[in-house]
Amino acid sequence: MKHTSIEKIIINNLKRDNIQANDIVTVNVDRVMIHDIFIPFVAEKFEEMGFSKIWDPSKAVLIYDHLVPASSVEDIRHFKIGDSFADKYEIKNIHRSDGICHQLMLEAHYVKPGDVVFGTDSHTTTYGSIGAFSSGVGYTEMAAILGTGQLWVKVPETVRVTVNGKLPDNVTAKDIVLRLIGDLGADGANYKALEFTGSTIFDLSIASRMTIANMSVEAGAKAAIFEPDEKTAEYCGILFEDLPKISGDRDADYVNEIHYNAEEIVPVMACPSSVDNIKPVAELEGIPIDQVFIGSCTNGRLEDLTVAADILKGKKAADHVRLIVTPASREIYKQAARSGILNTLISAGAIITHPGCGLCCGRAGGILSEGERIVATNNRNFLGRMGPASVDIYLGSPAVAAASAIEGKIALPKP
Amino acid sequence: MVIKGKIWILGDNIDTDIIIPTEYLAMKRIEEMKKYAFSPLRPELAELIAPGDIIVAGRNFGCGSSREQAPEIIKELKIGCVIAKSFARIFYRNAINNGLLLIEHSLIPDLISEGEYIAAVIGEYIEYKEAKYDLAPLPPNLMEIIEAGGLVAAMKNKNI
Amino acid sequence: MGMTISEKIIAAAANIDHAKAGDIHTVSIDRMMSNDGTTHLTIDMYNSMLKNPAIADKSKLVFIIDHNMPADSPKTAAAHKKIRDFAKTHEIAFYEGKGVCHQIMMEEYVRSGELIFGADSHTCTYGALGAFGTGVGNTDFLYAMVTGRSWVLVPETLLFHLSGSFREGVYPRDLILTIIGDIGAGGASYKTMEFTGSGAHAMSIGHRMALTNMAVEAGAKTGIFEPDEKAVEYLSAHGRQAKHLFKSDKNARYEKEYFYDLGKIEPVVARPDNIDDVVNVESVKDVKIDQAFIGSCNSGRIEDLRIAAEILKGQRIADHVRLLISPASNSVYQKALEEGLMGIFIDAGAMVVNSNCSVCWGSCQGVIGEGEVLISTGTRNFKGRAGHKESKVYLGSAATVAASAMAGKIVRAV
Repeated sequence: MKHTSIEKIIINNLKRDNIQANDIVTVNVDRVMIHDIFIPFVAEKFEEMGFSKIWDPSKAVLIYDHLVPASSVEDIRHFKIGDSFADKYEIKNIHRSDGICHQLMLEAHYVKPGDVVFGTDSHTTTYGSIGAFSSGVGYTEMAAILGTGQLWVKVPETVRVTVNGKLPDNVTAKDIVLRLIGDLGADGANYKALEFTGSTIFDLSIASRMTIANMSVEAGAKAAIFEPDEKTAEYCGILFEDLPKISGDRDADYVNEIHYNAEEIVPVMACPSSVDNIKPVAELEGIPIDQVFIGSCTNGRLEDLTVAADILKGKKAADHVRLIVTPASREIYKQAARSGILNTLISAGAIITHPGCGLCCGRAGGILSEGERIVATNNRNFLGRMGPASVDIYLGSPAVAAASAIEGKIALPKP
Repeated sequence: MVIKGKIWILGDNIDTDIIIPTEYLAMKRIEEMKKYAFSPLRPELAELIAPGDIIVAGRNFGCGSSREQAPEIIKELKIGCVIAKSFARIFYRNAINNGLLLIEHSLIPDLISEGEYIAAVIGEYIEYKEAKYDLAPLPPNLMEIIEAGGLVAAMKNKNI
Repeated sequence: MGMTISEKIIAAAANIDHAKAGDIHTVSIDRMMSNDGTTHLTIDMYNSMLKNPAIADKSKLVFIIDHNMPADSPKTAAAHKKIRDFAKTHEIAFYEGKGVCHQIMMEEYVRSGELIFGADSHTCTYGALGAFGTGVGNTDFLYAMVTGRSWVLVPETLLFHLSGSFREGVYPRDLILTIIGDIGAGGASYKTMEFTGSGAHAMSIGHRMALTNMAVEAGAKTGIFEPDEKAVEYLSAHGRQAKHLFKSDKNARYEKEYFYDLGKIEPVVARPDNIDDVVNVESVKDVKIDQAFIGSCNSGRIEDLRIAAEILKGQRIADHVRLLISPASNSVYQKALEEGLMGIFIDAGAMVVNSNCSVCWGSCQGVIGEGEVLISTGTRNFKGRAGHKESKVYLGSAATVAASAMAGKIVRAV
C-alpha cells in the first residue's frame, strides 16, 4: 500500500498497518501549543469538562506572544490566568516574552519530525516544515486534548506540490506560497494536506520552508508537509540517521498534483483584501504606501531580516513612511543585534519592536488609519486586520517590502 | 430538528477577522464581543440580527484564524444556523464543538434573497419558497457532539 | 542687580537688556516642539479657530510622534495621520518612531541660550544644555506657532549647589528624587531650578537631563545648568553651536539656595502615588513587583542603559517579572547595540522595545494590570498612570530598577 507523508505519520502515530484519506481516526498527541489570547478560554473549558489534570504536562507549551508587550490593561489578565493555570496543572514549558509561538515551537525543539502537534492557532501548520503533522484547533478542542491526550481527525487528502529548478534573484519562498494560494484559491486546499517536494523545495532553508508551511492554511489546508532531510536534522539537532522516514510515495493516492518551474515564479503580492488575490509585483509598482511591516511567524526570521537589511543598507525609508520590523523571536533578535542587522535597519529608519505577533494580529504595533496602505510580510490581508476596513494590506516578501519602503511605493527589489 | 428563520446574506471568504476583529478578542466575555460581530464588513449587522435568524454565505465561511470566539459569537447572536457553500476547517470544528449548526449546501446560497425566510430539516431537506432541496446528514461522530450539546458536555459525560 | 541664566535668556528673547523675576515680557520663541500627545488637537484649533491660519516660521517647528508609537488603535493612528499630513503639507520637521521627543530635541535642535516652548511638561529637560525650555498647553502653543511670540512671567530662581561625588550605586536620578522629596511637588512652582557647583559640572549631559527633566515634578517652570565645556562639547559633537553661553551673575538674585553633598545621597524611590513621597530604597525593600521599566525622557539614555547592563550582565530577571527597556532614541538604541548592551538585556529576559514613551505613561506597550506594581525610571508615579487605575508605580534609578527586576521585588542595587 502506498501512502502520502501525512498518512505515514498518522499510521506511525496509531501504530497501525494501514489507513487512508477520509478515515476518521483518533490520534495520540505528541505536543500542544496554547497562546495567550486563548489561554483563559482553554482554562475555563478544561475545568468545565471536569478534568483535574493534564494528560502529560511536559507535552504542553504555553506561549505569550499576541499580547506582548501588553497594549491594554485587559491583556494582563491573560498572563495571570496563564500563569496560574500553568502553576496549577504543572506546565513548565512557558514563554512569557520570547517571541512568536510558531517560531519558538521549532526553534526551542518542542516539535520533532514525525510528531502530531496541535495548537490554538491556525498557523500551527508551520511545523510541517520539519515533517510534523500539525494543525490549528479551537480552545474547546485544546481543552479536550489537554485532558485526554487525543483528538479525532479525518485523515486529509493530500495535494502534492512539486517545485523544481532554481528561483530567480529576489524570488523567495513567500512568492512560491503566494502563487500557490492564488492558484488554489483561499479554500482550494480546504481540509486537505499540502505536500511539498521537488529540487527547489529541498534547496530551501528550514526558515523558508516554514514560510510556506505557515501560509498553507491560507489556502484552507489542514496541514503542510515537507520531507525531513539533512537540513531538518541539523535544525532539529538530531542525527540524519535518526530521522523518521517521511516521504510521500510516488504513486500514493494524491487528490491533485501541481507542478511549478522555479524559473517561472516571479515576485508577487496578495492584494486587498483576500489572500488569493495574487498579482505580480511588476503590475503593482508605483502604488503609494504609508507603512511597511517586516515580521510575523511567516517572515520574521533571520534570513528575512538579512534580506531586508541587504536591500536597505545605506538607504533610507522614504519620508513619512513608517518601517516597522519585528523579529520573530528573542533568539532572532539577538542574532540580528550581534550581526549588525538591527543597526543597519535602524540607520535606514526602521522601528524595531520586541519579538511578538505585533502588527500582524492587529492589536497594536503600528495600526493604520483610514485609507492608508501597507506592504507587509505577514500572512493575512483581511478587511480590518490592521485598522479600519479602508486600510489596504498588500502581502509580499521581505525583499519586496524593503524595496517598497525605500521608494515609498510598491517596488521590485533592484537586481 | 427543524430550523426556520430570516436570511442575512454574506459573501465568499467571510474570514474570522470579519466575524470578530482581533481588537476585541481580549474582552472577558463573548457577550461583550458580540456587538462587534461582522463589524469590518457590515457594522450595523450585529444590531439587526434577531434570535433565530439564519446566515447564508458563499464559499469558505470562517477562513483564517483558529479563534473560537467566531462561532461562539454567532451562537451568542442566537443565529439558528449558518448555511454556506463551504466552511473553513478550523471554523467548522469550532462550530460543532460549540453546538452551532452549520449546513454545507452548494445551491442554496445562489438562490435566496436577504430578508426572506428559509427552513432546514436536519439530515433531510431545506425548504425555500415552497421548493425542497436535499440535505446530507452529518457524520455520526459529529452528531454525537452536537447531540451532547457541544464538546464540553460530551467530555463531561465521558469523565463522569 | 545681576541676572540669573533664566533672566538673561528671557531678556535676550524679549530683545531687552535686563529682565528680573516677576516681570512679564513678550518674547520670540527660538524653537517649538509638539508631540502626538496634543498636536492633533492643536491642528484642529489651527484649522477651525483662525480666520487666516498661517505659521509664523515653519523652520522653528518640530513635530514628533513618540507617545503612542507604534500606533495601538485606529484612533491613535488617525491622530498620527493628521499630524503627519500637516507636517508634510507645511514642511515641518517631522520625526516618527525615532525617539522620545525631548531626547530628539537635545540631539538635534536645542542650543544653549535658546528659549524653547514644548507642548509637553518635560520640555524643561533642555536646561541640561543651558537653554530655557518650558512646557505649554496647546492653546499657548498654537499662539506661538502662528505669531512666533508669546509672553512669559520671568521666574524666580532656586539655586541648588551640588558638591562632592556620588557613592557607588547612587545616581543623579536618586538626587533629583531626593530634592523633590525635600522641597515637595509644589516646591518650585513657577520657578527655575538652577543647578551649580562642582557636582553639577562633573555630570554628563545625559545625567544633567535626568535632573532638569524632573524639575517640573517639583512644579518648576524649568530646570537649568550653566552651559560649560561639556555642553559645548555635546553641541559640537551634534554639529551645533551655542546661541548664548549665559552664566548667572555673581550678584544675581536667588529666591532660595540649597546645598547638597552628593556623597550623602542614598538610593531612593518615590512611592505611589506621589512624586514627593520619596524614601530610602531600604524602607520599601521586598515590595513585590510585576513589571520593571528602564526608559523615558528621564532615564532612557546610554548612561542609564550602561548602568542597567552592568547589573544584568549574565543574570536573569525573575520569572514572573516583565522588564521592558526602551532606549530614549534611535541613536541611543544604536549606541547600545554597538556596545553589546542589547544582547545582555535580551539574554537577561528583558523586552527591548522601540524608542517611545510607552510604559512611562501607560500607553501602547507594556501597560500594567489591575493590582500590579511597576518600578520605573519614568517621570511620574500618579495613580493609574502606567495602566489600570488600581495599579502602583514606584520610581527609582536604572540601577534600582534592574536589580529589582532580578529579585522580583524592590531591592538596592548595591
